Amino acid sequence: MSIYLPIAELSVNILIILGMGAAVGFLSGMFGVGGGFLITPLLIFYNIPPVVAVATGANQVVASSISGAITHFRRGTIDIKLGTVLLCGGLAGATVGVWLFSLLRRVGQLDLVISLLYVVLLGSVGSLMLWESVRAMRKAANNQATPLRRPGQHNWVHRLPLKMRFKKSKIYLSVIPVATLGFCIGILTSVMGVGGGFIMVPAMIYLLRIPTNVVVGTSLFQIIFVSAYTVIVQASTNYTVDIVLAFVLMIAGVIGAQYGVRVGQKLRGEQLRALLALLVLAVGIRLAIELVIPPKDIYSVVSAGFGF
Amino acid sequence: MRRLAHMALAALTLAFAAPAFAQLQDENANDFTEKLEIGISTDEIAITSDFRGADLTIFGAVDGFDPNLLAQGKYNIIVSLEGPKDNATVRKKERVFGIWVNTSSMTFELVPESYSLSSTRDIETIAPPGEMGNMGIGVDHMRLVPLGFVGDGSNLGEFRNAFRRIRETSGVYERDPGGVQFISSSLFKASVRLPANVPNGVHVVRAYLFRDGTFVAAKALPLRVVKTGVEQVITQTAHEQPFLYGLFAVLLAVITGWGASLLFRKD
Repeated sequence: MSIYLPIAELSVNILIILGMGAAVGFLSGMFGVGGGFLITPLLIFYNIPPVVAVATGANQVVASSISGAITHFRRGTIDIKLGTVLLCGGLAGATVGVWLFSLLRRVGQLDLVISLLYVVLLGSVGSLMLWESVRAMRKAANNQATPLRRPGQHNWVHRLPLKMRFKKSKIYLSVIPVATLGFCIGILTSVMGVGGGFIMVPAMIYLLRIPTNVVVGTSLFQIIFVSAYTVIVQASTNYTVDIVLAFVLMIAGVIGAQYGVRVGQKLRGEQLRALLALLVLAVGIRLAIELVIPPKDIYSVVSAGFGF
Repeated sequence: MRRLAHMALAALTLAFAAPAFAQLQDENANDFTEKLEIGISTDEIAITSDFRGADLTIFGAVDGFDPNLLAQGKYNIIVSLEGPKDNATVRKKERVFGIWVNTSSMTFELVPESYSLSSTRDIETIAPPGEMGNMGIGVDHMRLVPLGFVGDGSNLGEFRNAFRRIRETSGVYERDPGGVQFISSSLFKASVRLPANVPNGVHVVRAYLFRDGTFVAAKALPLRVVKTGVEQVITQTAHEQPFLYGLFAVLLAVITGWGASLLFRKD
């Protein structure tokens, strides 16, 4: 059964798109991530022009993050003030990112930069997460407590000026590292079509030492607004948001996510993190292999309208 | 009787094929009486949500032909369907520090986005390559003019070949050397194909008549490929009201996400 995508200007099999959305939704529900880092490479792999894949991926991230954010909002585990500082950096980053995106596209290095970014980020985050979760599992096996946050322990981040008090997180922290983190995530959102949760969450926990209970909710808060902003900017400048593709992905994604959440609840925290780490590493390695092995065809053709 | 005629035709073709070819070509050049007419059932192809490409049949007639030449199969017809033109960039990867990187590129000026060619027989046997090259008929003879500075042009050939190869393997350029058939002495029908990932815009159907290796006449007809219904509305909104469109896309995502969280809420 095929469906015509009006913006991507091609026909695709709706069942494959639904399957992709459901699978990614399942994983994102299970691990509590947006799934952008899976959906964008999958779409590109399925011949959707990368420009469309990135912009549409960001749209899908909005939908998949919103139900999570609502849950966190009800529980009161979103630090709006911290989220707003992150968001300011994020919007600036997204603006730079969209500009960077068109620049790289013009010089023909967009696919390389996207792949390299994915390999470096997924590889490092995946390895760190795997290392941490394996250690936690070992400790759990030995019946030891595993403090994720060591109170009182400070690093260089806490010596920066422009400090601000974040009541909900119960921390007193400089806005510089927070806005910078938001900025970097913003760039990633618009260049790679990811929400960036898989980087933001570890960075907030380990680097900024923000209490874990507000981290996920606050990062979702930031992700929704930066992704929404990216969608609007991409739609206004590149006309590359395919609403039909996005809608099919969203519907499948939110349904898949519900089942993912159920499976996720049966697993323990460190087991979940280990599995997510393996998944992240697998995607990273897959992309790394593609960069290293000789391509099937060393030539590629793009027309002025689309692609890069 | 019919079989006899066929045999006679075959014999004639064989007899004339090699030795008489050059001689015939020289005779009565340039006083063509033949006229070519073509028609399509529609001048507009609508892209709907279940569009999977389309086959297009083009009918045509040759008037004022020479019955003897026709009987010998000396008339050949080529029909092409050319998509809208756009610049296309070919990039070449090379290994740099172990990874494959796009290192060089070449942009060709205004090449068709799609190209479907149909002919009475293999176009290389219809007319000499020089003539085909002059007219730009066929993927191999398509004009590929590089844009901007190309250095000494030594790599022009490899980029052109790569372009043709990629466009053909991806199915947007195709040829069917038996796609044009005579259904009576002067009527012919040709089938060309619009690929599923067809570009929107004005396509051009071109028909060429060749008599014994010499170009005689050509005709062209425009064919508009347009999106209709919802697809049309979406594309139009995306381009004319991009901000609202983006806002709507976000709103749709918010509603979907919110709706799902309400629908599946347990508490």
